[in-house]
Formats: sequence, structure tokens, C-alpha cells
Amino acid sequence: MTLLEVRDLHVWFDLSGSRQLHAVQGVSLDVDAGERVGLVGESGCGKSTTILAILGLLPSSASVAGEVRLEGASILSPEEEVARPHRWRDIAMVFQGAMNALNPVKTVEAQIVEPMELHGTAEGAAARKRAGELLEMVGIAPSAGARFPHEFSGGMRQRAALAMALACDPKVLLADEPTTALDVMVQAQILELLERLARDLGLSLILVTHDLPVVAQVCERAAVMYAGEIVEEGAMERLFHSPRHPYTRMLFAATPDLYGDEDVLSIPGSPPRLDRGIVGCPFRSRCDRAFDRCERERPVLRWVEGGGSAACHLNDLPAGASAGST
Amino acid sequence: MSGVVATGALSPSAGETRAPLLDVRDLVVTYPVRRGIVGALRREPRRAVHAVDGVSFSLRRGEMLALVGESGCGKTSTAQAILRMIDPVSGRIAVDGLDITRLSHRELRRTRRAVQMIYQDPYESLDPRFRVRQAVEEPMLIHGLGGDRRERHRRIMEALARVELTPPAMYLDRFPHELSGGQRQRIAIAAGLVLDPALLVADEPVSMLDVSVRAGVLRLLDGLRRAGDLGVVMITHDLSTAARFADRIAVMYLGRIVEEGRATEVVRDPRHPYTQALLSVVPKRDPRDRATPQILGGEPPNPIDVPRGCRFHPRCPAVQDRCRSIDPELRSATSIEHRAACVLVEPWMESARPRGER
Repeated sequence: MTLLEVRDLHVWFDLSGSRQLHAVQGVSLDVDAGERVGLVGESGCGKSTTILAILGLLPSSASVAGEVRLEGASILSPEEEVARPHRWRDIAMVFQGAMNALNPVKTVEAQIVEPMELHGTAEGAAARKRAGELLEMVGIAPSAGARFPHEFSGGMRQRAALAMALACDPKVLLADEPTTALDVMVQAQILELLERLARDLGLSLILVTHDLPVVAQVCERAAVMYAGEIVEEGAMERLFHSPRHPYTRMLFAATPDLYGDEDVLSIPGSPPRLDRGIVGCPFRSRCDRAFDRCERERPVLRWVEGGGSAACHLNDLPAGASAGST
Repeated sequence: MSGVVATGALSPSAGETRAPLLDVRDLVVTYPVRRGIVGALRREPRRAVHAVDGVSFSLRRGEMLALVGESGCGKTSTAQAILRMIDPVSGRIAVDGLDITRLSHRELRRTRRAVQMIYQDPYESLDPRFRVRQAVEEPMLIHGLGGDRRERHRRIMEALARVELTPPAMYLDRFPHELSGGQRQRIAIAAGLVLDPALLVADEPVSMLDVSVRAGVLRLLDGLRRAGDLGVVMITHDLSTAARFADRIAVMYLGRIVEEGRATEVVRDPRHPYTQALLSVVPKRDPRDRATPQILGGEPPNPIDVPRGCRFHPRCPAVQDRCRSIDPELRSATSIEHRAACVLVEPWMESARPRGER
């Protein structure tokens, strides 16, 4: 059952001199209840902007169009009253770098209690009791709730941030690069915790990251973003074994694997500027398989063989010339 | 996997006749811990962080060694000691046969030229007000090298070409903010190369860069060391990168090297339980490749309180009674080069096993 629906989401940021940056260019994404989806891409591709838009947390310099529905009800609106009842109660978020997400002058427990009182899910002693349970759930002794964030290690802070996100019992958890600043072993602990909590609590998870192997480990499905749009989406296995967009294939090829023995290849060139209109395929200048049609016509996301979808003209060519092969 | 083939290709006899490019022996680096006024009044003992606690390794010309480990394992302190940015408490560091451990700051100047550092964040390591030309020229001016203007210009162009920014003339007058992350890191490398160093120490050289350009910078470092006499010590937390680009890997834990060997040996046949755990948690690209990760609890212990016996024993999944008292030394595991510091390691050659040690 589709829990969260994002339809044709656009985000523009105002730049100086009446220019605009078209950061998100028509993103559509469905997330089922209990599903773990990765949103993958490089810096500037619009992945973080997309999830901030879902939560209604974009700054006032941003304008948003499109639709975000939670259980069928529209929650995307410039009116704060529309998004607010859902924020943290239905959709919560874990940010990159937990030190910045936590308040340095409040105890960890107080920060877990705060959203409960703010959103009216629990108060006083009941809220504190719940905070203790949440801490235990993320692997922190409840007594440690009386401590301040700076007394915690990076991994413990990220656990505390996770407890904070779960305070109001949300249905959807958005996690933006939750392990980027952490060591490998601590990263493994947090990813395991994230996956286990999503499973146990039946949470839908959207994991935003630049790190394909992290998504491969945690998520069943992923959407690959490039230049503000989703260029390919599908089951993680299908993306790795038969990618249908050259960018997906090249991203995997640029990622070193512990036991792989193929060459690790960088992707030449750089993404297009998003403050100008894009003609044709946004990836064509970096693509090793671009042809004349890519110059003129911007490909749209379409169903592909093997499940999921991709935005690449190569998929219209006769079989044997698919976008995944070199 | 070209990185490893090259080790074999590098003529061992050439390596043996000349002193290694870098030779580090029993390096110890400590930092004092501030007691604070209360501690001083209470006459608490002065304590020290044992950041590096007896590290030995060497590097040949044309070779790339990866130092891997979690934060606090001492990999960055080791690098800083090699550059003499910090002074080691004891041990010996020799560059090209020259002991630099006790050189005065004046005498160090020449060595500083021979050993260049590449930092993690090219957004911070480059001066935003310097054009590319100035950024690459600066080291020559500091070291009084490069001759006249024309000669320096030639060297700048050459360094830019070596880092594959072509045509170099196109980049000369750009500012860092006009460049991509990958291009910035290449400029930082060019600024190191312009002094014609023998050794590059690269501290997490790609971790701040986008995935699509990381491979390019790593391949550049790989090409540079293959092309000439340059050696590279790469500090990284990313085992996949180390496995693909380094000839040898040294795994550090709490100030010690706990396993060391050719990259393929360490990655495919790890002998130290820490290395085994570390490798098991590295996420793989292929979702079908989900082996059960062996997640160690807690965080690396504090280098102020190094555990007795084997320093890994409190977190070790294979811990035995004797590990609480024996502090194991590195010994050959699967080949003479592949060594691990664990009591469980079956010595590679029975005869190589010292009598009386169990």
C-alpha cells in the first residue's frame, strides 16, 4: 500500500539578480508502508532538497510546486498549518552530523521529550518514561539521557538523534546521510539499528546518501537522482545487475568494491548548471552512449524491462543496445 | 587489479640495494592530557594519550601504502610525525636513508621539500584568494626554488599537466571557487608536485569529493607513483579504496599496526580478528553480497587507557584468556610479508617462530 506519494515535485531557489535555481525538476516517488527506499546521487543533485520539501522545511527563498500525499491526504502547502500536524508525528527526520541537529545546552532526554510535548503526543512523566524507552531502543542506557550531547561520541549522538526522530511514533523516517561522518564500524552499528528499527516498527524509510553500497545494504529499492530529477528507479538488485541508465552504471563503476577487480572509473565532466534551462538529456555531455536524439529531447522516466523505470532514450532502441551495457 | 600486480613487477633487487624511501621504526607519539587546576591540586598523575605506540613500516619508491583504521587509531599522528609536524617521543623516521627524527627546523627544510602532504579538504587547503598560478607557485617561493619567473612558470605548467589539468593555460588564472572539487584536489596535488618530492602523504585525499570524481584523483595518484620514483602513503578509512589502489595495507588499532601485508592478502585472507571484523562491515555494491557483518560493540577504546595484554582484547570476538596478558607482536601469517599481531596467528614458517613463545 502506498503510504507516501510524491508527484511532480519542483523546487526553485531564488538567486541574486532575479535568477532561479531549479533544484528539483519534477520528482515523483512512491513509498509503501514498511518499505526502505534509497535516494542516491551526488552533491547538488537535489536529493536533500527533495526530502526537506517533503517535510516542508525549505527556507523562504524556495518556491515549491507539485504534490506530496500521505495516506492520500495532501501535505504540501505554503500554509504552515497544513504541514505542521504531520511533521514529526507522521514524518520525522534524522540529519547528517548529529552534533548540529542536537541542542548543545539541553540534556539528551529533554530533547527527546520536546517534540512529544510540542506535538502533544505525551507530557511530563509519561514523556520522560517514553524517552527512556526510546533511548533503550536505540542502544543507550536510559540513565544517559541526563547527559549533554557533547558528552556523547559521534555514534551515540546519531543514536540519540534517532531516538528523537522516533519520539512521536512516525510512519515515515527520512534519513539524510545518517552515517557519513562516522567510522566504518560505527556506521555499521547505525545502519544495522536503522534497518532493525524500520523492520520492528514497520517504518517506511527514505535513506538519502551518495554512497551506493550503503543503500545496497539497507534498502530494497532505490531512486538515482541526477540534475534535479530521478533518472532511474527500481529494485536495488536490478539497478546493480542490469542498470537501464548510463549514469547508474557509471556510478557503480566509479565505486570501488572490496573484492571487485574491474577498473574503477571516474565519470568525466560535471553536472549541468541548474540555473539555466536544460535542453535534451541532462546527462548527455558525460554519457558514453549519447546519440543525436539526446541533444534534442529530454528523456522521461518510463517503465523498463525487469521492473522500475529509467529516463534514457537508449531503452527505446532495439534489444541488445540497452542503456546498461557498454 | 593492477595495484597489486605492480608490486610483483617492481624489481625487488632494486628495492633492496637502495635504502627504502621511507623507513619508520618503533615510532611513539604521545600527547599530554591537561589535568586542569583541580587535577593539579589533587596531584593527579600526569597522563598522556598514546596516539602512536610503536609503529614500524617502510615504503619503497613507486609504492603505495594505505594506512587504514578508525578515528583515534593513530594514522594521522603517524603521518604528522613523518612530516615532523609533531615531534615523536621515540623511534626513528628515515627518508631516503636520512634520519630526520632529530633534525633541527633549519635542517628540516630540505626534507620538507621531499615529503609533501595532500589534505582531505581541498576547499580548505587552498587559499580562496589565490589564483591557480599563485597556489602552485607559492611552495617554490617558500623554498626559494624554481629559479627565475620564467622557470617557475615552466614548472607550474608542468605540474598542472602532471595532474591532468589540460591545457594548463586554461586553469592558470582561475580561483578555487571556479573549480570543481576534483579539480581543486588536483591543484593541491600540483602544488605538492612542483617541488618534485620523493614522497606524498595523502590524508583521506578523496573522502570530501563526489563519487564520480574520486576514481579520477585516485588514478592520478596511482599513475604518479607508477611513473617515477614517487612513493605514496595514503591514509584512509575506506578499505575498498585501499584494496583497489594500494600495494600494501597496514591496519592500525589504538596506536599500533595490527596487520600488514600486500593489499590482496590482507583483504582476501585477513588474519587479525580486528581486520576480519572491519572487512566484514564494509558495505558491498552488490545487494546479493550481503554477508553477515561482524559488528563490534562500543567504540574504539580510549588511547589514554590502553588495555593490558592485547589492546584489542576487550572488543575481540575471538578473545582467549591469554590475550589479557600477552601483548602480541606482528609475525608472518600467510607469507613473509603478510604479518598480523594476534596470538591466534599460525606462524607462516614453523622455523621462524621464536622459541618459548606460544
